Amino acid sequence: MNTSATFGVGTPSESDFRDTRGGDMSEIGLTKGHVTVGSVEIQAAKMTARGVNIFYGDKQAIHDVTVDIGKNQVIAMIGPSGCGKSTFLRSLNRMNDTIDGCKIEGDIRIDGEDLYSPKLDVVELRARVGMVFQKPNPFPKSIYDNVAYGPKIHGLAETRVDLDEMVEKSLRRAGLWDEVKDRLFQAGTGLSGGQQQRLCIARAIAVSPEVILMDEPCSALDPIATARIEELIEELSHNFTIAIVTHNMQQAARVSQRTAYFHLGRLIEVNPTEQVFTNPEHSLTESYITGRFG
Amino acid sequence: MHANNLLLLLLAFVAAAFYVGRGRANHIAKLAGGSRQLHSLPDYHGHYTALCCGLPAVLLLILWIIFSGHVISAMVLDSLPAGQFLGDPGGRELLANKIANIAQGVLPKANQPAILVAAAEELNRLTQISRWSVTALASCVSLVGLIWARSRITPELRSRPRVEASIRYALFFCACVAVFTTFGIIFSVLFESLQFFQSVPVVDFIFGLEWSPQTAIRDDQVGSSGSFGAVPLFVGTLLVSAVAMVVAVPIGLMSAIFLAEYAHKSVRAYAKPALEVLAGIPTVVYGFFAALTVAPFLRDLGQGYGFSVSSESALAAGLVMGVMIIPFISSLSDDVITAVPQSLRDGSLAMGATHSETVIRVVIPAALPGIVAGIMLAISRAIGETMIVVMASGLAANMTFNPLDSVTTVTVQIVTLLTGDQEFDSPKTLAAFALGLVLFLITLILNIIALKVVKRFREQYE
Ligand SMILES: Nc1ncnc2c1ncn2[C@@H]1O[C@H](COP(=O)(O)OP(=O)(O)O)[C@@H](O)[C@H]1O
Ligand SMILES: [Mg+2]
Repeated sequence: MNTSATFGVGTPSESDFRDTRGGDMSEIGLTKGHVTVGSVEIQAAKMTARGVNIFYGDKQAIHDVTVDIGKNQVIAMIGPSGCGKSTFLRSLNRMNDTIDGCKIEGDIRIDGEDLYSPKLDVVELRARVGMVFQKPNPFPKSIYDNVAYGPKIHGLAETRVDLDEMVEKSLRRAGLWDEVKDRLFQAGTGLSGGQQQRLCIARAIAVSPEVILMDEPCSALDPIATARIEELIEELSHNFTIAIVTHNMQQAARVSQRTAYFHLGRLIEVNPTEQVFTNPEHSLTESYITGRFG
Repeated sequence: MHANNLLLLLLAFVAAAFYVGRGRANHIAKLAGGSRQLHSLPDYHGHYTALCCGLPAVLLLILWIIFSGHVISAMVLDSLPAGQFLGDPGGRELLANKIANIAQGVLPKANQPAILVAAAEELNRLTQISRWSVTALASCVSLVGLIWARSRITPELRSRPRVEASIRYALFFCACVAVFTTFGIIFSVLFESLQFFQSVPVVDFIFGLEWSPQTAIRDDQVGSSGSFGAVPLFVGTLLVSAVAMVVAVPIGLMSAIFLAEYAHKSVRAYAKPALEVLAGIPTVVYGFFAALTVAPFLRDLGQGYGFSVSSESALAAGLVMGVMIIPFISSLSDDVITAVPQSLRDGSLAMGATHSETVIRVVIPAALPGIVAGIMLAISRAIGETMIVVMASGLAANMTFNPLDSVTTVTVQIVTLLTGDQEFDSPKTLAAFALGLVLFLITLILNIIALKVVKRFREQYE
């Protein structure tokens, strides 16, 4: 598939991941053989990443990232733009496969199963690890069909009644049901931005995934819609494992239990959210959250 | 001086005017302390001067081109003794033509009445005078315009809005030319069709089942009454177009999907232009391909299986026409498919849909309005196509839905009605206009629908 031209990030700027930056990296406390500080591993891990390197062509976007993603927890990934948050997130449900020239090394597992083993079925994996994107992207179909999309392709509903139930349940869980129950068969693209994003969340949870990846899900929304989504994330975290990329540090502080700080393709620090925001271990993290750069 | 040369002269003046105006503006700017002191940039003053220089003169020239011929020939005719007119109302015009022909040497002077020869010489003399005078006048007007505009250039002169407005008018004028030409064609077709409908009732034309446009040249000829029922022609058109679409829609659409969704970039880079080459082949080439290769092949094939296939069949014409139309559909569909945002594909893939599921359930539905519009345009192209059907589908106005038969189409009949020597006002000739009118209406409606659909498609992703 021809994705490279249309994928959100156009031409990456050279300097973003050039290792020749070594000079100023050590200056700001980042050495070549950097080891992530904090509590990388946790007890109840849903997904594990070990020594992950990701390349776009010859350029390395992610360097040696090791981290656990806790079951029924929210982990927030923060860091300056271009530091590889999206890239890493997309590797968790193999969405990077759709990008020409994207290569991945290392080991990523879900419940101990190797994501990149040849035996693994990507279709099944993506049903287990759903994704919500930065810009709401409802299909140009009715609200109902948007939510029913996943159950249909995975054959989850035996009857129309089953399907109706699934749609209703997902819309309820996404907090959208009351707003759309009278116009289920109108176009999903006719909703407001915040509603569209909740529709996308409903669509993602309709296939009952175990993990939901969210890539800056609120960055295109107004504060009120953002607050709605944050509430929703909080609710969903009781039943789903959630990894959320965000630019907004308050948001990370509000919704997550753990926070991972990325910098220039490296994972600098992973710690409980409270600690990251009150008492960061690494000087780079501190600089970032105090607004020295970002 | 001839009008063309005069136009060249004026162009030279206009170019000079630009430099004069700009130079003047620069000079004034220097005196005033830099071009910031001017309301408009020096270039605008140059353009303004050029406009003042050229526009009145060109208008004058246009008026002269329109009226001078009439005025001069009226003057010449009036100078003749009254008895020269042949009596009937067209006489004056005929005489004027004759004199003009003598003057241009088309008719030899030798065996013409002396009075006409004299008139022709008078005509030439007057024409010469008028040419020189318009040259002088136009040059004067443009020079005056130049000098006037130059004298007006001051730091305050608001040239920019004026030049801006003149650009608007120029563009408006061009748009008008295009629109009026279209309306002119429509009205002339409409007018001739109305004339046709005076001799053949509209209902007979639109609902009549028999088409044999042979009218008698003399009243006493046999078979003098033609019948002008257009239904067989429209059925034929429909049949050929349907065959063409059956070929073109699936192939065009599939190749578009392949190119847009599956093909590797390097394949696409070559395959897409290669497909578009099909659209560049002259239709006459398709025509003889259909008539000389495909039609006989189909006939032989039919014989082999015991079908009787006419050697000029709707099938042959339709098949070849379908091939011709493939690039229309594939190219337009390819554009709309690639215009479907990648985020929709990502959304679908992230749900665990396979690539083909994504294409079938998300990409194609999203692109459907655009695809439909492409198909509509292709249909109107098929309906209007002439060369292939003239060569390959025959002339017999059979009322049939069997693609193996020979049929004729609206366009073919228009061609046959108008080729050869024809009377301008016989129903046979006028019928061509009526057919043209109906054809125009059909394609117009199809195109309007297509444009509407495309517009809706655009709005979806605003
Ligand atoms: N499709 C791609 N092709 C090439 N380089 C890419 C692509 N996507 C991202 N990159 C590069 O990888 C780096 C990390 O990008 P990304 O993961 O989008 O960062 P973030 O989400 O943290 O802003 C950036 O330097 C970006 O330019
Ligand atoms: Mg990103």
